[in-house]
Order: sequence, then C-alpha cells, then structure tokens
Amino acid sequence: MPLNNYLAERKQALQTSKRPAMIMTHVVCGYPSFEANWKALEIMDSFGVDLVELQFPFSEPSADGPLFVKANQEAISNGVHVNDCFEFMAKVTAKFSFKVIMMGYYNTVFKTGLENFMQRLKAAGAYGFILPDLPVDEAGELHQLARELDLAPIVLMTPTNTDARLEQLASCANGFIYTVARKGVTGSGTNMNTQVSDFIQRCQKFTDLPLAVGFGVSTAEDVTFIGKHADIAVIGTAALKAWEANNEKGLRDFFTQLLS
Amino acid sequence: MDLFDFKDGREGYYGKYGGTFLPEILHSTIEELKAEFRKAKADPAFWQEFMALMQSYSGRPTPVTHLANLSNQLGGAQIYVKREDLNHTGSHKINNVMGQGLLAKRMGKTRVIAETGAGQHGYATATMAARFGFESKIYMGAVDVARQRPNVFWMENMGSEVVAVTDGQQTLKDAINECLRDWVTNMDNTHYVLGTACGPHPFPEMVSWFQSIIGREAREQILTSAGKLPDRIFACVGGGSNAIGLFQGFMDDKEVQLVGCEAGGFGPGKGNHASRLAYKDASIGVAQGMKTYFLQNDDGNMLETHSVAAGLDYIGVNPVLVHLWEEDRVRFEAVTDAQVTEALKVTMRSEGLIPALESSHGFAQAIIEAKEMSKDEVVLINMSGRGDKDIFTIADALDDNHWKEFIKQKADAYSSEA
Ligand SMILES: Cc1ncc(COP(=O)(O)O)c(C=O)c1O
Repeated sequence: MPLNNYLAERKQALQTSKRPAMIMTHVVCGYPSFEANWKALEIMDSFGVDLVELQFPFSEPSADGPLFVKANQEAISNGVHVNDCFEFMAKVTAKFSFKVIMMGYYNTVFKTGLENFMQRLKAAGAYGFILPDLPVDEAGELHQLARELDLAPIVLMTPTNTDARLEQLASCANGFIYTVARKGVTGSGTNMNTQVSDFIQRCQKFTDLPLAVGFGVSTAEDVTFIGKHADIAVIGTAALKAWEANNEKGLRDFFTQLLS
Repeated sequence: MDLFDFKDGREGYYGKYGGTFLPEILHSTIEELKAEFRKAKADPAFWQEFMALMQSYSGRPTPVTHLANLSNQLGGAQIYVKREDLNHTGSHKINNVMGQGLLAKRMGKTRVIAETGAGQHGYATATMAARFGFESKIYMGAVDVARQRPNVFWMENMGSEVVAVTDGQQTLKDAINECLRDWVTNMDNTHYVLGTACGPHPFPEMVSWFQSIIGREAREQILTSAGKLPDRIFACVGGGSNAIGLFQGFMDDKEVQLVGCEAGGFGPGKGNHASRLAYKDASIGVAQGMKTYFLQNDDGNMLETHSVAAGLDYIGVNPVLVHLWEEDRVRFEAVTDAQVTEALKVTMRSEGLIPALESSHGFAQAIIEAKEMSKDEVVLINMSGRGDKDIFTIADALDDNHWKEFIKQKADAYSSEA
C-alpha cells in the first residue's frame, strides 16, 4: 500500500536525522477557516511533518474533547460541507509533501455512501482514513472497498483491549496503527511513562506496522519518549491551542520547541 | 415472537438497524456489560429481585384506569390509561434505572452517569444512586436545564451533580455525547445508565427488557378491566423506551394496532419537529452508537429539532421500533405542540389527570382516533409520566396569569433577600 511504502521511506530517513519520531499533525477542515488551515499547513510543512490528519467536521464529535468539539461545531456553523473538505484536501495533497489521512466520524462516510466516499478520498489524494467510532466488527465492507483503492484503514488500539482483541485489530489494520495512550477524549494530558511504554510493547506483540502514539502529546520530551518506543508522534490539541493563542507565530513557536 | 433472539441476523441488529458503533476504548466495557446482562436475563432470580424492588420502592404494579368521562365526551372508543405516572419519581424511566442499578451493583461499579432531556431519567437515576450508594453525575442540555428546572432541583438535592451541557443544540443528544466522553474516561468504576432504548447494543435490548414490565402488567390488567384486548394502543416516542415497553406485551396479539406518537412540534419541515418516522424528514445514519433513522442533512450532520416536550426532542429513534415500523407492525404518527396542549387541557378537565407533555402526545393521537371508533372498541394509552415537572412550560402554554403573578412575587421576595 502507498502509505506503508511512504512510512517505510520516512522511517529510513529518520535514521540520518536528529528527529526522534515521525510526526502526524491534525487540522479541522474550515476551522477557524480554510485560509487559516492553509497557513497552519504551510507551517507544518516547513517543519517537515510526515502526516496530517484532515478532520471532516461532524455535528456529534463524541470522541473529541472540548477544543475539537468547538472546532467541529464552528466549522459546521461556518457552512463547511463535505464537498468543501474534499476540495480542500485535493488542493493540500497537490501542494504539500506530507501525506494526508482523512479523520472523521462514520456517519459522514455512511451518508455520502461508502463507495462514493472512498473514491472521492482516493481522487483527493488521501492515503488513508481514521474513523474512531467505527469498530472493526462493523467495518468489513468499508475496509474491503479501501483495499481495492489502496487506501489504508487506520485502526486504533487501546490500553483496555484484551490480547485477543489486539490480535483481531491487528488483522484488520494497514498503513500504521494508532495507539491511544490513555483513556479519555482528545486533548487531555498524558504522562508519558512506563504504563504507556508497556502498552506500546503489548501492541508490538501483535503487529509489525508502525505505531502512532496519540492523545496529549505536547513537548519535545514527549516526542523523544515516543521515538524511543514507537514510530509516530500525534500532535493534535496542543497545536490547535498554540494557534488559538497566537496564530502563525504561536504555531511556529510551538513546533520550534517541539522539534528542536 | 422474540425480538431479541437475533436468529435472523447479527446480535444487536433489528433488520438493518442497531449495532454497536463506539470508540475502541469502550469495547471491553461493552463486552463486560453484555456478558453481565446476558447472565441477568437468563437468571429468573434477577427478574424477581427487580420486580420486588419495583413493588416496594416504586409502587408497582401501576394500575390501568378507565377514562369513562373522556370516552363519553368523545363518543367513541373506551379509553384506558396505563398509569406509569404513579411510579416513584413520576415516570416510567425508573423501571429501566432500577434495573440498570441492580446490574451496575453486580458489575461492582461505584459511580453512575446519565443523560437526561426532560429530567425524568436524570431524576430517576439520582434517586437510584442515592438508594444504592453510587456517586452520580447527570448531564443535561443547558436548554433543558432551563425548561425543566424542578427536576434539576430534585436531582441536586438527592446528591447528584448536574452538568449543564452547552455544546451543540444543548439538548438530549448533546447530553448523550457528553456521557460518552465521561464514559471513555471513567469506564473502570462507572456505569452509563442510558435512559432510552437507543444507543449501542446491548442498550436497546436491555432498556426494552426492563421496560417490558409495563406491557406484561398492562395486558393482564386490560383483559380484566375491559374484558378484551385493546384495539389500538398508543405511546409517545422520544428515544422509544416507554413505547417498546408497552408494545412488547402485545407483540403476539396481531389484531392489536400499535401506534407510536412522535413530536410534531410546529409541524412538518426540517428543523420544526422531532419526528423521525411519521414525517419524511429523516434518513438512515449512524450516530450515538447505533444505526437508525436520524434527522440529519445530506452531509450527515444533525438537524435542529423542536418539541414542546424535552423528552421527545431527539434526533434518533429506537432501532427496534424502526424495524417494527418497516414490518408494518407499528404505525407512526406525529402530533403538534398545539394538539398536545389541547389534549392536556381536555384530560385535566375531564379526568383530573395531568399527563406529562411527552405522554400528552399519546393522548392527543388517541383522542383523534377514538372519536372515529365505535363505543365497543378499546384503546389503551401509556401515560408514561405526570406533568408536574412541566408546570412552567404548561403555565406558559396556557398563559396562566395566576401562575405568572405568583412567580413575580417569588422573584421579588428573592431579590429583596439578596
Ligand atoms: C414522561 C416521559 N415520557 C416519555 C419520554 C420519552 O422517552 P421514551 O421514548 O424513551 O419513552 C420521556 C423522556 O424524558 C419522559 O420523561
């Protein structure tokens, strides 16, 4: 799959760089505006991020914390539609060197039509998708369609999963695996500790795919920690907070401290 | 007919509807709940414990009452009412809550959370938590907090923390999202007491099971008091728990028409109402843990909804009922706010009963249909709750000047205290 090849290359490149881990960032389409998204992406690109999640806003973002809830809600009330998100995605993938993963909730896909949505994702240049409210047990048809189009369905592993479940999740995964470092919604802090590294190790028993570690990553130490145990550091809420605090300068300063 | 044997399809599915759509982090929590529920359902002692509790604590069995005056006034079918309003806390919600409370105890949970719209479910949950010694937190849309203050008062005084949810439309669906967010954080010690027959499997089945106590009692009672089965039965449908509770008692009685009454609000038209099936503004989607009909736009984002009754003001609907609707077993009708107010007035004056605004939807539709039926026919309405909690909304709807005077006096007294 293209995503697997891309990540293999990027992992190779890490060996000769000072950066401890690959970086995936997150943008909510149309929040605060597509223009602001574009500026944020330029900054992320200039810092050499590897992957960007483009979130399609949904009215019921039940896995998100307060900041992303607000972002989803305001994007929708600003009149952002699924069509706009696809158009924006196509522009982004044409321009930047990072690869794009669609992130959102299953109803957006379901309502657009599974096949239609997958084809449009492919056409817009995405490499995969993350749907946190679609468990693998319900994802058979969608994952089949994705395979046919070489799109990677990103599966989540969590500390509450049993070994048997982790094995099942691994068998459905492709591209990379998103390991959720802790319970809770997006945006709350995580102590990067042995509990997290033990969990990552447990995941590694079941898969050879690169592991992304999400939820609460905000400092250079976090990234170093992730680089030691896993592959991809996911930067979500912390970057949006930095943007909210001081727009472009805030975001640039944030990445400077994060990746210095 | 067993709606829950899943012999024609996957577990948790009713036709195309239902399922379990939750973040992976809750997978093991839901598996634990399913396993505990299966054990309880297979254990006759559990149901006996539940029945005994409902008798001693909530006053079950609730009676069926013949509304002779209203029936005569309308000149049509004989109207009977199943009196869920006589439960402790004033609605059917306590049936489900006590059942889930017993289950939470079995699972060793020490904390419960719940969403609430009208506040009846939150009120019942606060009661249960106080009695069973659980810590409790109730999430309620800020709009609903404002329109159902009396219930908030009781919840807080029974020791629950009530959180006013200010996301989204600030109603029931937003309170459910907030519960899911709490649950993905605190599942180790927390049980989510979902208040209606919606959400991820096993909730629709579990809530239906606890609420089936309504239909089991009602079938026997109506046979005794009316001497025959009802020709039609009516229940309001928010999420759809009181309706499925009553309907289950009559599922095998093919000649009994089952009528679900939705919130028609201001009438048809997107954003004007909360009618998922009777009006044609909803479509199939996946949200809040389940696949069912939702009031949503082409992007799959949820529409604004409106109803005078907070408990019916919801985007989605019980997947079991959707299946029964597609099978032509349940008929759906929508009743407007204006019709509801009229029905409530008539019922108060003719019978001295005060149905909740939610329940009044069932009354309104039954009144419309009973008029056209013959005198030897029988209809049964589920009075899912009492209207005391709605005193502010009803007073507004009736434009009651004495009430307004009283509130003004109270307000003056409080402000001179301050
Ligand atoms: C009195 C009463 N009836 C009905 C409902 C609607 O819920 P359901 O459709 O689950 O019975 C509510 C919900 O709050 C309620 O308080």
